[in-house]
Amino acid sequence: MSNKFIGQSVKRVEDKRFITGKGRYTDDIVLPGMLHAHFVRSPYAHARVVSVDTAEALAIPGVIAVYTGDDVAAINGVPCGWQVNFRSGETMREPKHPMLIATGDTAKHAGDPVAVIIAETKEIAIDASEAVNVEWEELPAIASPADALKEGAPKVHDQFPDNTAFDWTFGNPIEEVDAAMATAAHTTTLDFINQRVVPNAMEPRAYIGSYDNVSDKYTLYTSTQNPHLIRLLMCAFVLGIPEHKVRVVGPDVGGGFGSKIYHYTEEALVTWASKQLEVPVKWTSDRSEAFLMDAHGRDHVTKAEMGFDADGNIVGLRIKTIANMGAYLSTFAPAVPTYLHGTLLQGLYTTPKINIDMTCVFTHTVAVDAYRGAGRPEATYLLERLMDLAALEMGKDPAQLRFQNFIPAFDGVTQPGYQTQVALQYDSGNYHPVLERGLEMLGYEDFRAAQKEAASTGKLLGVGFSTYVEACGIAPSAVVGSLGARAGLYESAQVRVQPTGKVSVFTGSHSHGQGHETTFVQVVADKLGIPMEDVDLVHGDSDTVAFGMGTYGSRSLAVGGSAIMKSIDKVLEKGAKIAAHKLECAEGDLEYGEGKWTVKGTDKSIGFGDVALTAYVPHVYPAGLEPGLDFSSFYDPANFTYPFGCHIAVVEVDKETGKTTLKRMIAVDDVGNVINPMIVDGQIHGGLAQGIGQAMFEGTIYDENAQLTNGSYMDYCMPRADDLPMFETDRKVTPCPHNPLGVKGAGEAGAIGSTPAVVNAVIDALWSGGHKVKDILMPMTSERVWRAMN
Amino acid sequence: MITYPFQYKRASSVAEAVAMLGEGGKALSGGHSLIPAMKLRLNAPDTLVDVGRILEIKGISVDGDELVIGAGATHGDIAGSSLVKQHVPMFAEGAGHIGDPSVRNRGTIGGSLAHADPSADWPAMVLAADATIVVEGAGGSRSIKASDFFTGMFDTALGDGELITQVRVPMQAGSKMTYQKFAQPASRYALVGCAVVKSSDGSVRVAFSGVSETPFRDEAAEGQLNGGQEVSQAASGVSIMSDHFASEDYRKHLANVYLKKALAAVA
Amino acid sequence: MQINLTVNGKARKAEVEDRTLLVYYLREKLGLTGAHVACDTSSCGACTVHLDGVAVKSCTLLAAQADGCQVTTIEGMANADGTLHPLQAGFKECHGLQCGFCTPGMIMTAADLLKKNPHPSETEIRVALEGNICRCTGYHNIVESILWAAQHSNAPLAADSHLWTNDVVAKEVVETA
Repeated sequence: MSNKFIGQSVKRVEDKRFITGKGRYTDDIVLPGMLHAHFVRSPYAHARVVSVDTAEALAIPGVIAVYTGDDVAAINGVPCGWQVNFRSGETMREPKHPMLIATGDTAKHAGDPVAVIIAETKEIAIDASEAVNVEWEELPAIASPADALKEGAPKVHDQFPDNTAFDWTFGNPIEEVDAAMATAAHTTTLDFINQRVVPNAMEPRAYIGSYDNVSDKYTLYTSTQNPHLIRLLMCAFVLGIPEHKVRVVGPDVGGGFGSKIYHYTEEALVTWASKQLEVPVKWTSDRSEAFLMDAHGRDHVTKAEMGFDADGNIVGLRIKTIANMGAYLSTFAPAVPTYLHGTLLQGLYTTPKINIDMTCVFTHTVAVDAYRGAGRPEATYLLERLMDLAALEMGKDPAQLRFQNFIPAFDGVTQPGYQTQVALQYDSGNYHPVLERGLEMLGYEDFRAAQKEAASTGKLLGVGFSTYVEACGIAPSAVVGSLGARAGLYESAQVRVQPTGKVSVFTGSHSHGQGHETTFVQVVADKLGIPMEDVDLVHGDSDTVAFGMGTYGSRSLAVGGSAIMKSIDKVLEKGAKIAAHKLECAEGDLEYGEGKWTVKGTDKSIGFGDVALTAYVPHVYPAGLEPGLDFSSFYDPANFTYPFGCHIAVVEVDKETGKTTLKRMIAVDDVGNVINPMIVDGQIHGGLAQGIGQAMFEGTIYDENAQLTNGSYMDYCMPRADDLPMFETDRKVTPCPHNPLGVKGAGEAGAIGSTPAVVNAVIDALWSGGHKVKDILMPMTSERVWRAMN
Repeated sequence: MITYPFQYKRASSVAEAVAMLGEGGKALSGGHSLIPAMKLRLNAPDTLVDVGRILEIKGISVDGDELVIGAGATHGDIAGSSLVKQHVPMFAEGAGHIGDPSVRNRGTIGGSLAHADPSADWPAMVLAADATIVVEGAGGSRSIKASDFFTGMFDTALGDGELITQVRVPMQAGSKMTYQKFAQPASRYALVGCAVVKSSDGSVRVAFSGVSETPFRDEAAEGQLNGGQEVSQAASGVSIMSDHFASEDYRKHLANVYLKKALAAVA
Repeated sequence: MQINLTVNGKARKAEVEDRTLLVYYLREKLGLTGAHVACDTSSCGACTVHLDGVAVKSCTLLAAQADGCQVTTIEGMANADGTLHPLQAGFKECHGLQCGFCTPGMIMTAADLLKKNPHPSETEIRVALEGNICRCTGYHNIVESILWAAQHSNAPLAADSHLWTNDVVAKEVVETA
């Protein structure tokens, strides 16, 4: 394997089409005869459908069909992909998530669809949607997870009167944790909300269902992170149509951040409607609908307690959380607050006793599911807020408090992985250097001096720390299966060497901004010793890619890349047989490098292209060997990967208005080996912005009727260019010991570490001005910060 | 997002626009307030009269002791105009903070004033500058003092079929002026926008956008300032808006802070 | 109604509904799908194109309002021989894009900025982008990309001469005292 491309900031192969306007997103696709769908949605968060009258809409010229809940009652609901049972053993409560709300049933969140118009143009469909007359009986509704558990709370599902989807306990037995906490010399307690945020991928979801009555085949174009998973869920669980008759294409996708993992009702509905009408049917969400319908993230209400001994060593951690599931259980929803959150509560610390008590509830809101980081940001937020607050309360230095509690370094090769109290075994970690480097970049001592001086002149400066470890590369199938996953989480790859030695790589991973067409090709080109131009990456089409589990959980390179490596190994193994035959030597006499097999110690060699040609024109060929050079592999990882890092925020708070300015954002991440530093930095930057967004700007606001009151970009604030500083990034490298590339994953890290760093920085700034507040609700609007000082 | 159907007409002169508006419908200038509302189907005029190409309402010029800004001048035109910078610098400063560059390339002062969003920036500025808004209707032209123009939330003294043609701003030698804005972080509209004009004799005019449902001259504050006193509370005596970015209390506090900032800027 | 306009240097004539927004005309009638629709509120800038040489949000403009005008979209930014506009090259050079959905709007807005201010500071770039939302990059590399382009765009490319030279007639009216 050469190292010509790996480790280099190769410019992205995919950029050309995007910078010239030639990207092809689902809404850009036009099929002959295509009709347009528009949904009639519930204006209420909770309301019974008394009647639906479609006659007036159907009479509008250009309206082809109007379907109601009664028309699609036979279709199954969209399924949940993960089962977490009650601690009592009772099965997780799993309400049906129907395509459309039928007469007599209730809409369970604002936006729940009751009918769909299919028309010749989207203009006609939208106009006609106002001619569907729905009689609603409005019912009381709740949005907050804490409200869901209150006595007499309105019920989301009549059959589940306590609004509870399941409850869950994890970690050490509570008695042990209570006993440990009782020994604490100091306990830091924090009641807080990890607020609900909206992923807001810039491309709104879009789908085209297309049925061909000649071949009896369906094609679904979908803005998804995982085409094969959508095909499986839609075929096997929703529509009951044969999987081999369905092609799912995820073309260019304009960001996902989790929200495009899930199988949504609109996806199945356009597919179904295209069969009813025997023409393609397109639906593209508008932004207002996206706020109502795309799965949201976070939404925990938590009480967290961390106990320390007199020296500042952590003795225990006790967590009680209520997590919002929304009205229905989305694809991964039950896993997020449980196995992607509770299992991360060890953090980077040697905490000896940990327990989490979790209740997951239904509310009259759209589903909550994985959003960039998924559970790990919530775990990190909790731990890192506690650490900085504990340091302030105990009069200790927050960096030193971390150093003293860090798990000592382990490489996972010569030293074993680290067994946490919360089931996971970390693969490799070396935590001191990332914080040391962060402090160095910050100029910690100088900062503290500047902070003191600023405080004396009435200016509030603050620094906030966050050190995190996360679990990526999701995941070993057997492990997740034992934890309730209803699917495996391996990845597949096919490496097809063409007769001329050009290589097509088919991956089940899906790129929607991550740059796979570059990174994966760098790996393949180096491994084969051929130019990058000779390698093409194919992804996102279930007809060309054999299978795939898709892209989420920072898994593509660690799992998908490893699958590619397995196929390349098979290619080289077979190629060596062909080369040995051609060179008339033993396979063991050959070595591969620079794109050719060479007889060791000689100048006799045969190039990769010649071997490829021989494989397809097998005239002089090893006896018994099949022609062709094309291998598929499935890779199921041995463990998760565990990236870690240190994020440091510096803020200035305006005393008069509470307006907070983020002055510096430092990130030192260790994501294992790095294939393309430029792309990894870009992933970190984007994650930082989303994490900062949660801390400072973003958050849903529901009114007393569970209506989202900030469902537009005029009211839901995401970071703009002028809200952010240039990011200061660096990295350390602790390779993953259990995958062939040594990579860990970088997609979510930025969003995991940054949020608590920013909040901690504001708290630190306020303490420097004598305002000893423990918490400020996120997003830390100017008013909230001002109130914390007044 | 698709608007309701409507009929589009384009006027090439003020007279033609007034004639068209006389038959009903709304004037379309830059469209950056109206079209978004129509896309959300919050507004449904059956006719739009495009006044965006009427050259006679686009220029910026000096007429006697007034700066005359054509209603069709874009925020960007005003922000970049050397005449505005010279004679009414607050308008250039304030216009440069409206929306974003693309919005400023299209949105016009006339369109914004007619829309009368209580959180828009122009209302405070035209009030403090004591500007006159010239409108043209079937009955001819009339002038409305800025202080009489804003009659409520999204409501103005503009009559049916009338078109804003000019904003006339008194130019006062030796005056100082400023517009200070605390922006709503998502929309960038004013949570509090405070315009202060200080004449050469030291008297001040104070006006606020974003604070109350109707933009207003803060006469109580002006009275205190012009009487040589400190302002006890800005925006007293008006109903204060409240939303999730700024409660009533916080807005009142911000009004004080921004009035102080503005006064410091004209000191 | 019928509209006549020039799009990326080519004369176009079309029959559109009065309510047709420019962005839908470009995307659906002309197949120029580089301008995207990502919000309902004129907030995100993904639809930005140039109208008579200045950046506008094509989702907030009727096709009828562009009648008689020159429109330039992202598809018209590169030279006919395929040479990239310095901003396009800059975005690739500095990894100024990830999913690519906001990118055309970012480039068109940045082109408007560089025309007014050929050598902007980091802060000026950030302020100029306040009407363009990117969810992938955290803006860091977008800022770098525009700085790169500013350093590499001394000679405007032939294909976008209309971008750099053509001010609207109305602009000349401004300032006539």
